[in-house]
Amino acid sequence: MAIEVRIPTILRNYTGGAKSVEGSGDTLASLIADLESRHSGLQERLVDDSGETAGLRRFVNVYLNDEDVRFLGGLGAPVKDGDTVTVLPAVAGGSR
Amino acid sequence: MLTLPGALRAAIIEHARADHPDEACGVIAGPAGSDRPRRFIPMTNAERSPTFYRFDSIEQLRVWREMDDAGEEPVVIYHSHTATEAYPSRTDISYASEPGAHYVLVSTRDPHAVEFRSFRIVDAVVTEEEVRAADDDLADAAPE
Repeated sequence: MAIEVRIPTILRNYTGGAKSVEGSGDTLASLIADLESRHSGLQERLVDDSGETAGLRRFVNVYLNDEDVRFLGGLGAPVKDGDTVTVLPAVAGGSR
Repeated sequence: MLTLPGALRAAIIEHARADHPDEACGVIAGPAGSDRPRRFIPMTNAERSPTFYRFDSIEQLRVWREMDDAGEEPVVIYHSHTATEAYPSRTDISYASEPGAHYVLVSTRDPHAVEFRSFRIVDAVVTEEEVRAADDDLADAAPE
């Protein structure tokens, strides 16, 4: 009974090098909190709670199965056993 | 040093020129651990901007999954600057999230001259590197 979370290269220092970890929760937010309890520091790389409400960091893409969670409610997106959550840092940049 | 087949260098430049004045962006995948760019993958710039680029998030998921399934990794991540030099900007550096990749910058600010440079960006440190042509007919420059 678990949710698989696939971790990008740049965050594997929080998971001891593992490219995939397991967690549980009813929502993406509770899943991330669950991961944080075993992989300290990971939550801050995914969640920005500096404003009035916490939200996923803007340049981190989080997918629930095949969809971008931005369209599924963000941190409030419901998750369940058997789901796969994938994290990919956005590839972006600009002239400045 | 980046060793890059001529056909792939040409494909990057052609993409940058075609999307000018918007920034062009893409990936060249290669076998994981080989440091050999092989498969040209131009990406949609979801920002469609002359001063910013971002891979479309669902396209990125598809491409990253395909690379994973094929035992590949992003060897080159390229994008163009359309009015400034081919050097990583502050935003390029802050968003660089593939420490193993060669970051190729092309500038299309001068229609008669191409600026094509490559860099490593690791822990926010930029190091320019030489780009060497490789005679390699295994490279696939056809867009995926």
